[in-house]
Amino acid sequence: MPTVLILGAASDMAVAIAKKYASKGFNVQLAARNPSRLQALQSDLNIRYNINCTLHEFDALNYESHQAFFDRLAPKPDQTICVFGYLGDNETARTNWSESAKIIHTNYTGAVSILNVVSNYYASQKSGIIVGISSVAGERGRQSNYLYGSAKAGFTAYLSGLRNRMFHENVHVASIQPGFVYTAMTANMKLPPLLTAKPEDVANTVFKAATKKKNTVYVKWFWRWIMLIIKSVPEFMFKKLKL
Amino acid sequence: MKKVIANWGNYPAMESDERLFSYDDQLQDIIRNSPTFIPRGNGRCYGDASLAGETLNTLKYDKILSFDTENGIFECQSGLTLDQILEVVVPKGWFLPVTPGTKFITVGGAIGSDVHGKNHHVDGTFGQHVVDMDIILADSSMITCSPSVYPDLFEATCGGMGLTGMITRIKFKLKKVPSSYIKQKQLKAANLDELIRLFEEYKHYTYSMAWIDCLQKGKSFGRGIMTIGEFAKPEELNESQRKAPLALPKKKAITIPFNFPSWILNTFTVKAFNFLYYNKNVNKEINNVVTYEPFFYPLDALLHWNRCYGKKGFVQYQFVLPLAAKEGLVDILRRIGAKGMGSFLVVLKVFGKQEDNLISFPFEGFTLALDFPVRKGLFEFLDELDAVVLKYGGRLYMSKDARMKPEMLKAGYPRLEEFKSIVRKYNPDGKIRSVQSDRLELTK
Repeated sequence: MPTVLILGAASDMAVAIAKKYASKGFNVQLAARNPSRLQALQSDLNIRYNINCTLHEFDALNYESHQAFFDRLAPKPDQTICVFGYLGDNETARTNWSESAKIIHTNYTGAVSILNVVSNYYASQKSGIIVGISSVAGERGRQSNYLYGSAKAGFTAYLSGLRNRMFHENVHVASIQPGFVYTAMTANMKLPPLLTAKPEDVANTVFKAATKKKNTVYVKWFWRWIMLIIKSVPEFMFKKLKL
Repeated sequence: MKKVIANWGNYPAMESDERLFSYDDQLQDIIRNSPTFIPRGNGRCYGDASLAGETLNTLKYDKILSFDTENGIFECQSGLTLDQILEVVVPKGWFLPVTPGTKFITVGGAIGSDVHGKNHHVDGTFGQHVVDMDIILADSSMITCSPSVYPDLFEATCGGMGLTGMITRIKFKLKKVPSSYIKQKQLKAANLDELIRLFEEYKHYTYSMAWIDCLQKGKSFGRGIMTIGEFAKPEELNESQRKAPLALPKKKAITIPFNFPSWILNTFTVKAFNFLYYNKNVNKEINNVVTYEPFFYPLDALLHWNRCYGKKGFVQYQFVLPLAAKEGLVDILRRIGAKGMGSFLVVLKVFGKQEDNLISFPFEGFTLALDFPVRKGLFEFLDELDAVVLKYGGRLYMSKDARMKPEMLKAGYPRLEEFKSIVRKYNPDGKIRSVQSDRLELTK
């Protein structure tokens, strides 16, 4: 049975992704800061899907631990899904460096650190699949969430560069661009129902992107077009908008 | 986030701050910081039982914790819905010990309402199959209770409409089944007397219920169709069924896309529906083998069927009368016929004995459930029915209720004061409260 590693396994999106892979017969390695929290999810996946689910301690911000974390995994995962992220509070972050740093390091630095480790291993094996969950927020900076957006922009660029390098190593890298998703992260926002995906939609997109070797996938197709329009607004106009 | 919510009857609807959680630490934080709240699952009670300004929604708290396939012991978090349980346990030869007419309820809700099913006269209510459960109380401490440990808390939680605390973990016993099919028998009864006689004649069947045509007069008064059944043994299956005797039924459902205009339901359409429904069974008796889905959950095939009653919603009225009070049943059906307040879905069932009952609805007797669209004059009419129910020694089901008066509850449940004192013991400041509990003066 193939194995999938899910980095940042406590979130709603990660739970949906874990269920999707388990339902397809994958053994699942759940990695999170506080793995004991995930014991219920572990038994749930084992019982429902008759697979082997294991829990692993992982802290995206503890870069030094990443190599050892990956070395300890047995078996090594066939696929790695990088789900963790931190929206943070843009307003607080403007004047509070530790909030800014947390946003940047969770969404960008931490992701780069662990995926460097994973991709080097996959390159040595000449096989493997990496899926990164980035965000449409990374496609153009907006006043309401430019710290999160800029970190995700960095992550998107990292993934596309990594995809280019790994193509020559027979390793596939997929970037997922969710728009709005109903999750705990967005529980207090009023989201337009037509434009908002469910965590299960993200999970289906992830699985499809990995299996069909897609490069950049938007969770709901029209987000590609929405972002195209947003990106084509000239900067002298865009800066006047309140977005 | 604040949004407008309603339960299955779409009446009443109100704005509520609905909180979701996935993990124990989140739940305890929310409970610690909430001034008041009521637990809420899939919103399948009918009235205002799980409505409040702040609701704790368990739907993301839905993990399976253990499943002993040898002995049929199942353990899960309270937000897991019965349909998901069936998908896991049926292929292993197990079934829910008790199930209501929909599988879209959570286990927490099944205990809060202490639900009953077609097998009440044999297997009792859901709560009677619970081994133990964890409850987080109003002060955010957690207690494990069972029929022998904290028995007062256990008893007041089964049927207690969520007022004792937030159920988090439940362990219960499943029922062993020889197949996922039901050998069913449908019997037409020309009137109420015949229907009641059939219940007596077939009481050895594990599963039984009847549909009644409530708008007939004269010698057809109370005509209906009784459906009874047993899980089919492998040798009773046909050849294709026998290949996979524990197969899950195929998922097929139609969604009612929008609220119907309320004028669609009137005496004429109900009469026409009842005529077709009664006469679709040409033969007096039909015997066949079906999957468990149409037998237990016929209406689940029609997603959002509550929209048929229009946006004003409907009230379901379910009462139970003692076995000796058959004339009470006649009295109530007559009044409904006279008012032309007909309802499609009139379901009759004979409950068996229910021992040591604190606050659960069933007792030995006839139970009838009817749907009434909300319209002018309905609430006055239901008050009139309440008086008849009381006169014959009956009571109402809180899970269906959206409008009864506190006196009606008090008169129907002889141990109500004891229940209230247990609620006060574990929920002393009424932190856990709903619109219903305030209306019924359980938390005031």
